[in-house]
Amino acid sequence: MPANRYDAIIIGGGHNGLVTAAYLARAGRKVLVLERRHLLGGAAVSEQVFPGFTFSVFSYVVSLLRPEIIRDLDLPRHGLHILPLESTITPLPNGDYLAGWGDPDLTRREIARHSQKDADATIEFGRLMHHMAMAVRPILGMIPPDPTSLAPSDLAGLLKLGGHFRSLGPDRFHAMYKLMTMSSADYLDEWFEFDPLKATKSASGIIGTFLGPRSPGSAYVLLHHYMGEIDGAFRAWGFAKGGTGSISNAIGNAARAFGAVIRTEAPVAKVSVRAGRATGVVLESGEEIQASIVVSGLDPRRTFLDLVDGKDLPTELVDDVRRFKFRGSSGKVNLALSELPDFTCMPGRGPQHLGAFSISPSVDYLERAYDDAKHGEFSRRPYMDMIIPSMIDPGMAPPGRHVMSIFVQYAPYRLNGGWTDAKREAFGDAVVDTLSQYAPNLKGAILHRQVLTPPDIERMTGLSEGNIFQGELALQQLFFLRPSAAWSKYRTPIGGYYQCGAGTHPGGGIMGASGRLAALQILADL
Amino acid sequence: MLKTTPFHQRTAPLIMGQTWRRWAGFAAASCYDWLPDREYAAVRNAAAVFDVSPLYKYLVTGRDAARLLDRMVTRNVLDAKVGQVLYTTWCDGHGKVIDDGTISRLDETRFRLTAAEPNFRWLHLNGHGLAVEIAEVSERLGALAIQGPLSRAVLNAAAANPVDALRYFRVMPNRIAGVDVEISRTGYTGDLGYEVWVPAERAVAVWDRLMAVGADYGITPAGIWALDIARIEAGLVMLDVDYHSSHRAIIEDQKSSPFELSLDWSVSREKGPYNGRRALAAERARGARWRFVGIEVEWEALKSLYAAVGLSPSLPTVAWRTSVPIYRDSVQVGYASSGCWSPLLKKYLALAHIRAPHFEPDTRIEMEVTVEHRRLKAAGWVRKLPFFDPERKKA
Repeated sequence: MPANRYDAIIIGGGHNGLVTAAYLARAGRKVLVLERRHLLGGAAVSEQVFPGFTFSVFSYVVSLLRPEIIRDLDLPRHGLHILPLESTITPLPNGDYLAGWGDPDLTRREIARHSQKDADATIEFGRLMHHMAMAVRPILGMIPPDPTSLAPSDLAGLLKLGGHFRSLGPDRFHAMYKLMTMSSADYLDEWFEFDPLKATKSASGIIGTFLGPRSPGSAYVLLHHYMGEIDGAFRAWGFAKGGTGSISNAIGNAARAFGAVIRTEAPVAKVSVRAGRATGVVLESGEEIQASIVVSGLDPRRTFLDLVDGKDLPTELVDDVRRFKFRGSSGKVNLALSELPDFTCMPGRGPQHLGAFSISPSVDYLERAYDDAKHGEFSRRPYMDMIIPSMIDPGMAPPGRHVMSIFVQYAPYRLNGGWTDAKREAFGDAVVDTLSQYAPNLKGAILHRQVLTPPDIERMTGLSEGNIFQGELALQQLFFLRPSAAWSKYRTPIGGYYQCGAGTHPGGGIMGASGRLAALQILADL
Repeated sequence: MLKTTPFHQRTAPLIMGQTWRRWAGFAAASCYDWLPDREYAAVRNAAAVFDVSPLYKYLVTGRDAARLLDRMVTRNVLDAKVGQVLYTTWCDGHGKVIDDGTISRLDETRFRLTAAEPNFRWLHLNGHGLAVEIAEVSERLGALAIQGPLSRAVLNAAAANPVDALRYFRVMPNRIAGVDVEISRTGYTGDLGYEVWVPAERAVAVWDRLMAVGADYGITPAGIWALDIARIEAGLVMLDVDYHSSHRAIIEDQKSSPFELSLDWSVSREKGPYNGRRALAAERARGARWRFVGIEVEWEALKSLYAAVGLSPSLPTVAWRTSVPIYRDSVQVGYASSGCWSPLLKKYLALAHIRAPHFEPDTRIEMEVTVEHRRLKAAGWVRKLPFFDPERKKA
């Protein structure tokens, strides 16, 4: 076999592409990963944006990484080290706060300060969400069956699914139906009364989507984020030592250990297609590399509209992909700090700094933040989820200094009048101004500031419209419709050309499930 | 009342759940936080501080100090260099382990022995006719173990002299907060780590200095729960948990030889007479009947046992210290004596005594697990110890 010929080429060294590469290499295939940038990870990268200060530039926590991937690839041996991240503090405008601690009983005591009923409800709500997540979990590990197909494998999959849902029993099935159709605010209204609690919980229903907490469908995203909670002792939830780039590097190291070759600064221009079959890739440098399997880890728009010619694809698919909704809605602000933020609601240095802060004082607050975005503006008073990685892993910043990671919503990709440098800075100011209301010393502590809007995310990572999930996690874009009916099984109409990114089922978060299922499908097809 | 350590006035206000436990007559913290997660994480990610003052500590001095210790323990003390620290076991005449600990050669004729149990009488018996003085200094010396990848940075910031040149299992005199201390590159976590030996009356000043400079390095006071997880990952044996002192054992089966604890390397092949030498030589030639090994429980196997009753696997958040049967093809071949979920390796691990010939690495075994009140067997493997052995430990 000549040196520049491989069994499989993976386009894009994001975490899913690396997972696919590792599984294919583990099965004995000769695998090449081609990454456009100088480092691996796509949206899961750690970079010294300012000297001495390391940031998880985009994606910043890990909750959904599939335990079977951690085990199969022995990621801890390759450098994965997940550190605990237990608490969430929601500072309130009246100077009080709502805290969720690592100890559930302590958390209930805290909630009872605000609402005794809510404190009690957390027990039953937790159980229900556990059951819901358990119900959905098998789907995450399943290649989606086509409900309109009579092929034996599809029927078997549907049968399994049908049996699975029947086994839920009527109560849980109805709860599941509600979760799939309701807004997170309405869903939580059925359980809780304390507004900041509902807002903080509903926030995970809007992350990465162009939905507000009152938009139908947002409850499912809530469930999606619950999924990391049910792995029992496995507890894959937390902060990765060294930032999220270390997760990508661990997967990359595992892939290399299995024999995969990984090339960085090797952008792919085109997939070579001959007689309806992929035959390799052409790099932007003009270099041609041959392989019988080509796998795209990029999002559906790039996979189908950029890397291959539309003429090689059915018109319906091209049309579907054009309609696939990206609509990036989140931004990121990374701060290098000379000292810790001192929160008025919980002054001084303490355990609060080891966890997350959520700026979600009320459901109205979140909905208003969404209203701004709906009308083409970034949120004047945005929702924010913030952590201080240097408190968890001191190696992220020089001794005594800190890094702060702020996930911000909403920042619409399509801003009225378009994004400019001035608007980016205005967006950064809105974030810092809002946070400063809760931690007045913040402004004076900022040494450096990096503000990332959806167009910045698109430019740096390649994610279309800056959508962090490679396409919204909306019901019409999930399971057998992700990214398109008939092409949800990681295959494409071009023989030997596959997809493995988060734009396929189940998608979203540093989960790796898409990459693993794609590899399993490819190996089954070979 | 239990005794309190020299650091008690600093540690007492930190222990949120009052989770004190007994350790050699002293009150020791199980955990300062609610759960050991963060304290354990500090061991592997930053710097954890354990108050290990309850250890028994003896100062052995005099012309024959080296001879006494060399006669007593299984390692070669005569050849130890000044500034060297030896981990060793010591045995009775039948080659069964009495205790294990460290010996620091502080100068030519001055040694410090640490032990889990009282050994004053045994030292005296072994010192018969030798020019030595033996003093128990347990309560005169406070001890802090600073363990984790940033422990070196903390000590470099806190101590008068840098510790960069201090090699694995070496000890140096130093000063912290104006107090004369000894710092040894030792510990019980299998990670980069140091132990600081400080006069009891100045202990608090040393604690304060370490905490003040350590804040920038994520320094975290940690208790026995965190230590237990770390030492299981490191495959380190614990007296009264994994084995019993031959001085306490009621029946022969409760005793262990160094070979049965897989501590072969600590039994000198070349040195002169010492306790148990003949029995140990014979056992080495014959091969040990038992070995102390690692057990990894197969997660998928455990998961399916739980899934069968509709649950996710649930494991205790602290390490267990009970005897758990180990089977091979449904026949019991040994028992695990400690076990825990490894938050770092993401594996369910145990330390076990396994009978010959079932102790070879990667042998398929089953460990008893209790799932919803039913005793079941989860498949797993025998593994080589340690489970975790980072380069930084010795680098």
